Amino acid sequence: MGNWYKSGSPWIWLTSGAVSISLIAVLGLLGLIAWRGLTFFWPSQIWQFEVYNPDGSQQRVIGEIYERDMISALQLRESGVKVAAGVEEVESLLIKTGNREFVELDFRWLLTSNIISQTTPLDLAVFERSKNGNFYGHIDSVIIDGVTFEGSQDEAREQLATALARVEDLAEQADDLQQGDIGGINYQLERLRLRQRRAELDQGLTPELMTEFRNEKRQLSQEYQVFEQQLFKLRAQMIRDRVVVRDMRNVAVNIEVADLLSVHYPNVMNVFDKTIYWLGAIAGFVSDDPREANTEGGVFPAIFGTIFMVMLMAVIVTPFGVIAAIYLHEYAKKGPITKFVRIAVINLAGVPSVVYGVFGLGFFVYVLGGSIDSLFYPESSPAPVFGTPGVLWSALTLAILTLPVVIVSTEEGLSRIPISLRQGSLALGATKAETLWKIIIPMASPAIMTGLILAVARAAGEVAPLMLVGVVKMAPTLPLDGNFPFFHVDRKFMHLGFHIYDVGFQSPNVEAARPLVFATSFLLVTVIISLNISAIGIRNHLREKYRSLEG
Amino acid sequence: MTQSVVLNKSETTTLTASSKIRLAKDLIAQYSITAGGLMVLMTLLMIFGYLLYVVEPVFRSAEIHSGDSHRINSAPLALGSDELNEVGYFYNPQGQLNFYSLLEQQFNYPSIDLPLLSHQTITSVGRPTDSDVVAFGLSDGQVIISKPSFRLSFRTGIRTITPTVSYPFSDESVMLDPLGKPLDKLAFSVNDEQFSLVALTNDLRVVITRKVASENFMTEEIEWSGNTVQIVDVPAKIDQLILTPSQRLLFILSGNQLHIYDLSLDDIGSAREIIDINDNNANVTAIGVLSGGSSLLVGNSNGVISQWFEVKKQGIRTLTNIRKFKVKASVTAITAEPFRKTFAVTSADGELNLFHSTSEASLLQYSLQREVTNLRFSPRNNALIISDNQQVEFFTVENEHPEVTWSALWQEVWYEGYSEPDYVWQSTSADDDFEPKLSLVPISFGTIKAAFYAMLFAVPIAIAGAIYTAYFMPSGLRKVVKPTVETMEALPTVILGFLAGLWLAPIVETRLPFIMMMLLMLPLVILLFSLIHYHLPIALKQLFNEELSSLLLIPLLLLTGWGCYEFSPIFEEVLMQGDARQFISNELGINFDQRNALVVGIAMGFAVIPTIFSITEDAIFSVPGHLTNGSLALGATRWQTLIGVVLLTASPGIFSAVMMGLGRAVGETMIVLMATGNTPIMDWNIFEGMRTLSANIAVEMPESEVGSTHYRVLFLAAFVLFVFTFIFNTIAELVRQNLREKYGSL
Repeated sequence: MGNWYKSGSPWIWLTSGAVSISLIAVLGLLGLIAWRGLTFFWPSQIWQFEVYNPDGSQQRVIGEIYERDMISALQLRESGVKVAAGVEEVESLLIKTGNREFVELDFRWLLTSNIISQTTPLDLAVFERSKNGNFYGHIDSVIIDGVTFEGSQDEAREQLATALARVEDLAEQADDLQQGDIGGINYQLERLRLRQRRAELDQGLTPELMTEFRNEKRQLSQEYQVFEQQLFKLRAQMIRDRVVVRDMRNVAVNIEVADLLSVHYPNVMNVFDKTIYWLGAIAGFVSDDPREANTEGGVFPAIFGTIFMVMLMAVIVTPFGVIAAIYLHEYAKKGPITKFVRIAVINLAGVPSVVYGVFGLGFFVYVLGGSIDSLFYPESSPAPVFGTPGVLWSALTLAILTLPVVIVSTEEGLSRIPISLRQGSLALGATKAETLWKIIIPMASPAIMTGLILAVARAAGEVAPLMLVGVVKMAPTLPLDGNFPFFHVDRKFMHLGFHIYDVGFQSPNVEAARPLVFATSFLLVTVIISLNISAIGIRNHLREKYRSLEG
Repeated sequence: MTQSVVLNKSETTTLTASSKIRLAKDLIAQYSITAGGLMVLMTLLMIFGYLLYVVEPVFRSAEIHSGDSHRINSAPLALGSDELNEVGYFYNPQGQLNFYSLLEQQFNYPSIDLPLLSHQTITSVGRPTDSDVVAFGLSDGQVIISKPSFRLSFRTGIRTITPTVSYPFSDESVMLDPLGKPLDKLAFSVNDEQFSLVALTNDLRVVITRKVASENFMTEEIEWSGNTVQIVDVPAKIDQLILTPSQRLLFILSGNQLHIYDLSLDDIGSAREIIDINDNNANVTAIGVLSGGSSLLVGNSNGVISQWFEVKKQGIRTLTNIRKFKVKASVTAITAEPFRKTFAVTSADGELNLFHSTSEASLLQYSLQREVTNLRFSPRNNALIISDNQQVEFFTVENEHPEVTWSALWQEVWYEGYSEPDYVWQSTSADDDFEPKLSLVPISFGTIKAAFYAMLFAVPIAIAGAIYTAYFMPSGLRKVVKPTVETMEALPTVILGFLAGLWLAPIVETRLPFIMMMLLMLPLVILLFSLIHYHLPIALKQLFNEELSSLLLIPLLLLTGWGCYEFSPIFEEVLMQGDARQFISNELGINFDQRNALVVGIAMGFAVIPTIFSITEDAIFSVPGHLTNGSLALGATRWQTLIGVVLLTASPGIFSAVMMGLGRAVGETMIVLMATGNTPIMDWNIFEGMRTLSANIAVEMPESEVGSTHYRVLFLAAFVLFVFTFIFNTIAELVRQNLREKYGSL
């Protein structure tokens, strides 16, 4: 024992344990996010339970098992639930019952001791709806254009599938009309109003101009009415079909096919079917718009907003970062100023991100944006254009935040380029600038790339500053659309990281939203980790390359 | 020789044109790159400077500028101005309301006569601080309540103000004294729902009426109803009547004694409390009411102004002297701002002083050199109107942020309605007359608390892990382990925060013993395994190599963790009466929040571990090999070498790593935001939450009004954070630079 202690072995093992704990934490965390994020889309079995209520009556509950937990019998007895003597723990199931508009809660806990029977009837269907969440039940009949079809289950399903496909097609047309044409006209009308206001402010609103504006407006309104008619017609066509579903209360409920997004029958799906469904669900998650206050549907606008903002930031940060790195490595002489610059770089990297947010809000949004508004957009006053948080200011703020990342990485790349290359170039008569431009920067470009990727990864995960300078929970329009000038950098945007915060902590139905947050987290983590891994890969490749050069 | 020179010359001449351009380009590149490099420094300075620029006005003292003065014949009964400071008004003793322009000299609007009957004269005036409404007590026991109003109209883009008068409660006068005696003194207080009038009649009775608004169902008009009562038990000599803005308390000043009546009682009866409110060896000379709460300001003949409000102690409310202010001479008048806690004091030596009650700030001293008969703040707190017997003078007051001083931010302040001085952060409330409580102490404390628990968790794991990775781990494994741990640094903190708040917090709540047991069991299991390993036969020892121990330990630790998790309910049942949470709050008397410092400590610890790990590992790894070799050659064990040589040499690097980690923990926003309840409490209790500077900024900044005190104080919070982290990072960087130079010499 004494020898064991003297050898230092216990300490070594403790340090080794610390490494194990760190590894468990990293891999466990990533595993947890991946597991919870990906299993969310897997179609789970739909169960039909017959249960005793506390008052002794029987009830049918249909839904999917969401969570299992063990509850100690003591706690149950204390809260007045009868538990057989000698039982230590009772398993409890959290059931997602859906049918939100007919039951008080779409989640409920069931004690396994109260369950009389549980089955998985093959005809149970899950209806995904655009409103009120999922609906679970048996298909009774399908009503197409007022005619009720009462064939076998398979026939009914086929009818429903065709009806659904038709509605989907119509919905897509309506969507295109609304987003594309009608949205475009609205945008033009707004621009017209601003032009008129501008002319008014410049004292140049002549009667001719007035009539011109009025004509233009009339023309746009006419176009608008045409499109609106089309839209109404499409909408009228959509509400043709219905499906009658028998829910767990044994009540037949009419559901408009227009309100349905998809129907599936998990209890008859095999693994292959489920995989197909799973992949489709993931694709839908990535490409769809959110629904129901972000707690359902996809995250496409958030993905788009994140990418757009990060790319804008990359365009801003790269030149500045590279120039600063070149200065530090190629031009700066050893002295107090260089030392200060280095301290500034370290500090820029260490200043809390929320401080950048505060600075961005005060300086970029209110000072810069406010001046831009009063100089160039007097017509839209009092509504601010740039004097309000937006994607441009977010990109600028994050550019300062990630500047040190680019500097440090580029400088490292520069320091790996052998001095002999510079000397050779200079000896052959090239100026320093030419050496830089023709020899050094091309050779350092992978390092610059690494820095840029790391900066992008950092920016994609930052949320705190964005909450102040431009992110919103629900942006009505993307920062890029078909209306001139196409890039709308003054608009607010959605962001994956903020989406996680918002849905996880601000949504009214956290229980329902949680799996979605895991899925979003998984998406964000995947993007960031793969960016980091590729950056590390490029860096390692670079190191190998220069090692051979030096050798 | 000559030839070659000539040749050279000719060559340079042919090159001149292009080489000049090239040289110019080179020079331009040099300057622009240097400028670009210095821009980094500029950016940092700009952030620093801009934050300061926004914060600075908060600490400015008030300024006063004299403006328009208007000649009058006799001292006015009441005075004031409109919200835009364009029209001034005063009531003269004859019952005439006069308006005059503050923009154009000597321009008068038509004056308006109050509807006085021929036998009525004005005998007293009552006026609340927080309203423009004025009540006049008349010689026949009636009261006229009038309000100067200003109609804004826009014609051809030009704004014009038309002053008029309105009678908000009824066009006719209100009968206050049923016996119809002249009203010698009057107090008046009003809000949207009710108004109260208290008067002293010339036969020394005190009568009170309170009228409550109710909407008429038929006409949808507001009707005011209520009755008049007489307070029987009043002092013989009455100097002043004061009603609090809440209309809950009536103060009667009799000499130096204050009689306090509770008007919320059905039967007012006699005074609830009688206290002496004068300062030592001085007499009460003036009295005023602060807006909003129920603070009384008492001016004394020795120049002391004392603030009093009700404090609840042992269930009894008593009027308590809170703080004192001092001017040079006897106080002649006190008036407070309509919506804030600033008040103006005039004294017998003709001085005007501005104070702020909460921040205890003396904002301004200004010599008026005259005897003041009446003074009043403008509706927007940005001007002061002062009258003597000959003139009404208008002063603009620049006093944007009186509520912030060093002591208000960092010291205990006794707020209205609190039983004792305290550190409180409560920036906004639904109430208009709210006293902002802007102490940065609770949120700075929260920052330190969060960082402390995070460091407590992260430092041992990160440093121990780094030691093992850098010193004991085979290099092949190290190449995998190090980037893996560093990956965690790239993990967005919003995800860590989300996991902490929605996944870890419920686990901690339901399986609290699990966390406790882990803390104890993990090191014990590792030590036990080490002991077993030490006594293993050589052959087995080589199979389970010490160098791979961290991999070997993973399944073991997972098993331990699982064991603790499964054991947790049993442990809870046996030792903690079945419910750990209740046990802690009931038996141990410790508050338990679901989102607490333990959760934050673990989550933020994980965010900080990679920072500390990475830098420490680098520092240890770069300790020159000949130092360790020398130590080992002299017979020291590996552990002794590590302690005696390696850690000593790397200690500045480790210090710098901890500093960087601390900087990160202090500034971290999302984890704290999501994993705590964000309540600004001051308690080290690990089972309660906190509110940090950064989370506070993230929560409140989007809602704060630009340029307001709240906005600037949030900038100050950001500045404090900036300075905190600047210090940590600069120390870390300087230490690191020194270290680099030292290793360079080794």
